[in-house]
Amino acid sequence: MAAGATYEPIATATATGSQSEILFTGISQAYTDLVIVVQATESGADGLIMGVGNGSIDTGTNYSFTVLRGNGSAASSYRVPNYDAAQIGMVNSTINSIIVHLQNYSNTTTYKTMLTRGNNTNWSNNQVYSSVNLWRSTSAINQINFKNGSIANHTAGSTFTLYGIAAA
Amino acid sequence: MANTYTLIEAKTLGSTTASITFSSIPQTYTDLKIVMSVRSDNTNPSNTVDITFNGNTSSFTNIYLIGTGSSTASGSNFGRYAGAQNSANETANTFSNSEIYIPNYTGSNNKSYSADGVYENNATAAGQGLVAGLWSNTAAITSIGITGYAGNFLATSTFYLYGISNS
Repeated sequence: MAAGATYEPIATATATGSQSEILFTGISQAYTDLVIVVQATESGADGLIMGVGNGSIDTGTNYSFTVLRGNGSAASSYRVPNYDAAQIGMVNSTINSIIVHLQNYSNTTTYKTMLTRGNNTNWSNNQVYSSVNLWRSTSAINQINFKNGSIANHTAGSTFTLYGIAAA
Repeated sequence: MANTYTLIEAKTLGSTTASITFSSIPQTYTDLKIVMSVRSDNTNPSNTVDITFNGNTSSFTNIYLIGTGSSTASGSNFGRYAGAQNSANETANTFSNSEIYIPNYTGSNNKSYSADGVYENNATAAGQGLVAGLWSNTAAITSIGITGYAGNFLATSTFYLYGISNS
């Protein structure tokens, strides 16, 4: 099967009201990597978490992540093992921009790695944010969701776009 | 095939140049991405590249995170940081590399951008910088200017502007 075109938009979701979850299902397996671009505002301040899975979102403690961030006065790093989702950024009610690179998402032999880069200049607990996340599963990923860690909501107009990157 | 990740304009400098501008940017994409490789004729240590939107130099804020190989730091200010710039007194033929991502550049919200830059020269003065930037202006971005913090960009410095569409 020929791979899909490279850097091709797969799906876009825009929150039309206050939504607790954005969910992508049936993600094409024709690409090599995925890139996700998020520009969201949230009703509460917390981490923006991303769940992945095959057929359903894995909510088990099968994720781990390491964060490097700067808050405008200090640089810091921390690590969280055995979490129930990937943490891709810190978000609040102002503009939050996040880019996620999800490598080799459709293979069935390796655990999955996600690199994230987040932005927010309007919150002392937000910042320049960079993280690496691991999902400890060899399953291909065909579902992805986004939630606020405080069970707050994505506000209207928040956008989540999924792009497919083909190596050939 | 969807019309996404499209090269809008490429600039390769043929001579020393103080600044470059991408003007009349199409309003038909969702996001913009700039990829650049630059070196300055200034002899001060490596520094930053600054950005302007629509010719505007005000209403910018940023938070930055830098690592030099031996230390890390974070700060915030009202600068227009958008990447790194190798200087003239560093290892010959080394150019800094930077990427700037600007989501939703035609929208009516204030404009956020991220910039990641490196200045690596196989010497002690090397490092990486990450920037969270905000232009507190609701206008659609129609032009982007890029200027070195000090000095001019040397010939062969390159600047690429891409448009990314989500449909």
